[in-house]
Amino acid sequence: MPIDKIFKDDASEEKGERARMASFVGAMAISDLVKSTLGPKGMDKILQSTGRGHAVTVTNDGATILKSLHIDNPAAKVLVDISKVQDDEVGDGTTSVVVLAGELLREAEKLVASKIHPMTIIAGYRMASECARDALLKRVIDNKDDAEKFRSDLLKIAMTTLCSKILSQDKEHFAEMAVDAVFRLKGSTNLEAIQIIKKPGGTLRDSFLDEGFILDKKIGIGQPKRIENAKILVANTAMDTDKVKIYGARVRVDSMTKVAEIEGAEKEKMKDKVKKIIAHGINCFVNRQLIYNFPEELFADAGILAIEHADFEGIERLGLVTGGEIASTFDNPESVKLGHCKLIEEIMIGEDKLIHFSGCEMGQACSIVLRGASHHVLDEAERSLHDALCVLSQTVNDTRVLLGGGWPEMVMAKEVDELARKTAGKKSHAIEAFSRALVAIPTTIADNAGLDSAELVAQLRAEHHTEGCNAGIDVISGSVGDMEERGIYEAFKVKQAVLLSATEASEMILRVDEIITCAPRRREDRM
Amino acid sequence: MALAFDEFGRPFIILREQDQKTRLRGIDAQKANIAAGKAVARILRSSLGPKGMDKMLQGPDGDITITNDGATILEQMDVDNQIAKLMVELSRSQDYEIGDGTTGVVVMAGALLEQAERQLDRGIHPIRIAEGYEMASRVAVDHLERIAQKFEFDANNFEPLVQTCMTTLSSKIVNRCKRSLAEIAVKAVLAVADLERRDVNLDLIKVEGKVGGKLEDTELIYGILIDKDMSHPQMPKHIEDAHIAILTCPFEPPKPKTKHKVDIDTVEKFETLRKQEQQYFDEMVQKCKDVGATLVICQWGFDDEANHLLMHRNLPAVRWVGGVELELIAIATGGRIVPRFQELTPEKLGKAGVVREKSFGTTKERMLYIEHCANSKAVTVFIRGGNKMMIEETKRSIHDALCVARNLIRNKSIVYGGGAAEIACSLAVDAAADKYPGVEQYAIRAFAEALDSVPMALAENSGLQPIETLSAVKSQQIKENIPFYGIDCNDVGTNDMREQNVFETLIGKQQQILLATQVVKMILKIDDVISNSEY
Repeated sequence: MPIDKIFKDDASEEKGERARMASFVGAMAISDLVKSTLGPKGMDKILQSTGRGHAVTVTNDGATILKSLHIDNPAAKVLVDISKVQDDEVGDGTTSVVVLAGELLREAEKLVASKIHPMTIIAGYRMASECARDALLKRVIDNKDDAEKFRSDLLKIAMTTLCSKILSQDKEHFAEMAVDAVFRLKGSTNLEAIQIIKKPGGTLRDSFLDEGFILDKKIGIGQPKRIENAKILVANTAMDTDKVKIYGARVRVDSMTKVAEIEGAEKEKMKDKVKKIIAHGINCFVNRQLIYNFPEELFADAGILAIEHADFEGIERLGLVTGGEIASTFDNPESVKLGHCKLIEEIMIGEDKLIHFSGCEMGQACSIVLRGASHHVLDEAERSLHDALCVLSQTVNDTRVLLGGGWPEMVMAKEVDELARKTAGKKSHAIEAFSRALVAIPTTIADNAGLDSAELVAQLRAEHHTEGCNAGIDVISGSVGDMEERGIYEAFKVKQAVLLSATEASEMILRVDEIITCAPRRREDRM
Repeated sequence: MALAFDEFGRPFIILREQDQKTRLRGIDAQKANIAAGKAVARILRSSLGPKGMDKMLQGPDGDITITNDGATILEQMDVDNQIAKLMVELSRSQDYEIGDGTTGVVVMAGALLEQAERQLDRGIHPIRIAEGYEMASRVAVDHLERIAQKFEFDANNFEPLVQTCMTTLSSKIVNRCKRSLAEIAVKAVLAVADLERRDVNLDLIKVEGKVGGKLEDTELIYGILIDKDMSHPQMPKHIEDAHIAILTCPFEPPKPKTKHKVDIDTVEKFETLRKQEQQYFDEMVQKCKDVGATLVICQWGFDDEANHLLMHRNLPAVRWVGGVELELIAIATGGRIVPRFQELTPEKLGKAGVVREKSFGTTKERMLYIEHCANSKAVTVFIRGGNKMMIEETKRSIHDALCVARNLIRNKSIVYGGGAAEIACSLAVDAAADKYPGVEQYAIRAFAEALDSVPMALAENSGLQPIETLSAVKSQQIKENIPFYGIDCNDVGTNDMREQNVFETLIGKQQQILLATQVVKMILKIDDVISNSEY
């Protein structure tokens, strides 16, 4: 007797082969989607949002593309997820991780078709990924002790990262900028201390790194435009009307005169506060919240530069830069630490006025001003620069680096192939498949550059047969070359994360033999 | 059928609006119910064992779970059928009671139902089948007791515990690093266990996860981890020898419960009110400082002014800490939760060796470690992993492992896994069947057959020949009269589960058999299903 149904109305269930098919197809579709953006000659994508205004983004960043997709296929979501994590964790390699996972699944599909159980494939993949990691570890270059060399390593990594992005034309310029900025952080990974300001106009080449700090705000009217040896009080306090915080308090009066009196008292209170602030002996006051006209006028009278409504990050960063603490009460001026900087002045970038703090005590924070033809260019430039900064800051902590240009993949593939030959049992097929998937990455890079991938990869493989070879694909000249000479480097941490997350994700998808989809939650239509 | 006639021949209705209801009676009802139960069991069957597959579940909001934990799969499935819901309940109660074996119990129940169907076809009354099952389950449970072995371990020698946890973890996706995770789970349980009373309060173990890093980075923290950072960005990030004030009152002027209003009608009143307000803040911070606190953990938020005052007086603070975490902190540091500033005393402060803030990855994610607590009873398992799904699955796996370790501390008996226990029980039940006169004998035999289905599923999932393997193991058990032979799922080359170190807890196994029998009995007893038809 057939059972009518176990699940709710719109819920569905897919089993065995069909489930596996669905997840393979979904995952491969996603990986094919971003495949064409891989490598220095990768293409960009235009993303148009469905929201109001149909905002357009042009990007070549894998994580950004995947984040904005609406996906229904569960397996595809797994891939989107790993790319997001890659972005959070190391900041770069977001496309590679998806492409590698897609290739692993493509190979797995063939194996499943030839009647190899998914669990066997997983076991093989695990062994292979372990072996590949060891192979990389054997070949890492670590210049931790040699500051000069390490800096040039970083520069090369930054250039390699940037060359696939919109900034590739000026990659030396931006690489210098990124490395300088990261060195100022002194090993911290808190990228918030690097402020990126985007101003349309000019060309990308006009972008610059500023040692000081730039605040995108205007100076109040009638206040000094230039202060030398500034003492800065960074505050987070209400400078509009100070409300009474005792619960239940309210003003109830019975005559107009009393209203006036209380108003006067309120004004007096504000005046008091301003006086107290002035008593700190400052000549610049930066507040997170609004400053009303009345106190602003008072500050102007005292010759103090007052900046209102600096956002939260701005305040924190300013505190970090000038070494001042963020104050909210002003009763004991002697113990509040004030911030110092040599010069505050208003500067013009393009058409906009900005406030520039220079000669600060603590050099941790800095600002990068990006210039470019349009908002789209600037947005993409910011994303690219962010990738480079992430990779660099991670590399400062983990100083191991590798060569780039498909070199790591070939090294891994070679070791994995060795392992496959040594391994007995069905697992060896899976291990072999893993090495094929690894080789697919240089192949894709070459394909995207319009080169003869089959020829190049074969040549590369032959080169790698010799011990200690540094050969990789040089996309610019379209030939196989020595990566060390060309200065193409990648961070070990990024490659390792790509390898591990891609294996993990493909393993997860392979293990699934049934997909159960719940009925979508009904949205209440509010008409 | 729902129409009856009274003594005058007038019809009256027993079931109202009968055309809107569908009704199944008698053997049809039982058959339908059994089919539904079997369907649920069939879904889980392929997840059993170390080579079991996972299920991908897409929730109503498009969120995805990938798991092979039986309880989780059933929980997230959008089940509509009433009998299927019973099966879901069954797995849930196994989860609550034991925490592990949630898949096995459902597979077992499915097998029992399948056997029952065959007996029904023979014309045996469902109640007789139910009774036969009941007798058989008693035999099986007694037999388990007989073949169980006692494990000796103490706080220093916990290898056996680790082995058992590894058996549990080997069926999960985390089996890549089962050894380290099993050790973490066992150490966590031992840290909070009361070995004298044989009791473990699992509430003291917090499982936290953060996306990123590797699974291998998962660690056990002897202390508390909270997903918060210091309230002021410039407060110290590292405090040694912290004295912690745990507050449930906000750093704000008090709000009396009774309704009141403060009317301001003169300038003087306005001034005094202002003064008082400032005083409040000052006093609050002063009180904390006076009792010697070096860290304030507050359940509520605080005002910017208070925040600055705290920072100013060099008193780091954490705000918006959840109630559960607050309690854990209080337990771990030996402090008391203080609801009012007036009640702060030095004795009520918690103590911790180190409190530090740690940041992760490229985004601004910070967490607060509270370690070396005065009372080391609370621990945290901190999971790292490639993505959210992985973390969630690891959390579930760790939960299972923790439960297993706890069960072993409660009851040191174990049975051998890999289907060995089921095969042994099946043999015992089969032998016992001959002693029962009457129809129940058949039901008892059916029970024995149903027990075989668990090792059968294990063999099937591992890619072995199910019938061949099972019969080989069975004959081996009988020949050598040793109940340790099971299915060699990992292709190690031996059937001896002692050598493979595959253990399960005795209470877990017993509970599985009892719960499965109970539910099957319940399903068999239903002979009338009345449900509202679709409209």
